Amino acid sequence: MAYAEQGEVIAEFVDTTKRFGKVLAADRLNLRIGKGEFLSFLGPSGCGKTTALRMLAGFEAPTEGRILIDGQDIGAEPAHRRPVNMVFQHYALFPHMTVAENVGYGLRQRRPKLAKDDIAARVARALDTVRLGDFGPRRIWEMSGGQQQRVALARAIVNEPKILLLDEPMAALDAKLRAEMQMELLSLQRKLGITFILVTHDQQEALSMSDRICIMGKSRIAQIGTPRELYDRPANRYVADFVGRANILPGTVTRNIGEHALVRLASNHDVVVEAPRPVNPGDKVDIAIRPEGLRLGASAEPGLPDITATVARMTFLGEHVEYLLRHPDLGELQVMVPRQAERALPGVDVGTQLHILWDQGNGLILGQD
Amino acid sequence: MRIYALSVYIFLYLPIGIIALFSFSAGRSASQMQGFSTQWYGKALSNPFVIDALKTSATVALVSAILASVFGTMAALALSGMKGRIRVLFDALIYIAVMIPGIVIGIATLIALVTVFDAVNPWLEAATGWRLSMGHGSLIAAHVLFTMSLVIIIVRARIEGMDRALIEASSDLGAGPLATFRQVTLPMLAPAIMAGFLLSFTFSFDDFIIAFFVAGSETTLPIYIFSSIRRGVTPEINAIGTMVMGASLMLLVIAQLTLRRGKAPGH
Repeated sequence: MAYAEQGEVIAEFVDTTKRFGKVLAADRLNLRIGKGEFLSFLGPSGCGKTTALRMLAGFEAPTEGRILIDGQDIGAEPAHRRPVNMVFQHYALFPHMTVAENVGYGLRQRRPKLAKDDIAARVARALDTVRLGDFGPRRIWEMSGGQQQRVALARAIVNEPKILLLDEPMAALDAKLRAEMQMELLSLQRKLGITFILVTHDQQEALSMSDRICIMGKSRIAQIGTPRELYDRPANRYVADFVGRANILPGTVTRNIGEHALVRLASNHDVVVEAPRPVNPGDKVDIAIRPEGLRLGASAEPGLPDITATVARMTFLGEHVEYLLRHPDLGELQVMVPRQAERALPGVDVGTQLHILWDQGNGLILGQD
Repeated sequence: MRIYALSVYIFLYLPIGIIALFSFSAGRSASQMQGFSTQWYGKALSNPFVIDALKTSATVALVSAILASVFGTMAALALSGMKGRIRVLFDALIYIAVMIPGIVIGIATLIALVTVFDAVNPWLEAATGWRLSMGHGSLIAAHVLFTMSLVIIIVRARIEGMDRALIEASSDLGAGPLATFRQVTLPMLAPAIMAGFLLSFTFSFDDFIIAFFVAGSETTLPIYIFSSIRRGVTPEINAIGTMVMGASLMLLVIAQLTLRRGKAPGH
């Protein structure tokens, strides 16, 4: 779903730039976030994703450009007047208050004041939503990490924000709890219909939860798209490398074939790959192919380029075996082989020569960085 | 090794212990134990000079401690918001203030106050018929100056240990700066402020050197003890000393407990 194009826009970055002294933390961000969307900012640390989130929350003011929420420029609004709430990385729960007092904090700030029993009822409902119904009178330090996170979540959603901001909320949880929390967050988002914006450096988390992902690198947006779009059609080398894994090979375009192109590799093999952007014969390009886009064979197949390489390493991953092959001209190539397919390759070990089978149309030409 | 450590403690605490012990003496000598009685406590507490000095000391200590806590907390908050060299400079100045010997602070405050009084009094007297002089005011001013640095150091440490995200969380949840201060910052700092208050009180209550210079005609309890020793020591002095020590120790223990309780679980 391309939310921003079809549905209502809840938030928008317009050429938003943030500098800390001489350091450029966010460079001309342009992004529309749709109502009810689950959007992730994904990138390594220091890529500007947290800065983007903090500008939305109101903790940082953009140096240039604008930020709109619900069509209104909120660049000058302080954090406490914005219709957004945040789940902090280390939860930032108030240690001198009980769980219920923490959750009710936002409601108690409302003017005109809300009635006490109204607040109590809403707090109870929010605690029920995160399955902490009986924990209201507890102290924060009596709660486990996972429970504290639920409290932080309840404290944010009880205010019914237009946007819920999540700053790496699962980073401090162990793997099992994290997976559970991810599913819970997702179903919560579907239930509440609130726009969720998640900042994470965990690509698996972003891929499995988001409607759209905004990949950031070097303080800029590298690509925005659905998880499938990003995986299948990375716009550039950075995205191809960051989302999943990819073999990236240089080559020269020899012919255009509609939406595809014939590319000559450094080993003089010709492969047919997708060309998401217009290219001309003679262009030097980078092509990306996923490890599962290649096959291995004991012999060459007619109609396909015959690329012979030596097995350098085999890593057993359960359903798949990851092969690392070495080719004199192409360098190292990763190939993901399903266990089923591996049966056709008996007696293969490190040092064996195998044929890399590159089916027509697999792989694509990357854009310039 | 153990024996040396033991000797150090004996050297430190034996005289104090003896004072406490001799305060229960039934005789008239302050340096001999002659039977047991609590008569000297009764004598001390019915001595109008002692009660007067106690009142002065308590008033000065209370007011100084309150002012030092308020100003010290304000200064600590301002300092933690500062950046770079200015902050380093101010931090250094505060530590220096704690390290300066009391006698230097006493003389310096005395000279400063006298200079100011001399400059201001002619005008003030002409305008209101009233003049500034040494007394409660100068005592409190000098004590606040010194104890404020203690409060700043204690509260600063607490602020540094506080998660900045708590302030952000509060404003994210719709609380303005004042509301955040009242509902989050102040409660989080309360144990440190309380500890600073108690320490300031104890310091001001026990202080002799600074008070000696700036008290004017006022007599605080330490000054009274000092002057009565010159007239000859009776177990009454021991009794007063023991009571002051007991009260101070109690306050110090409470201050420690408050600080620790504030930090306790989870953080």
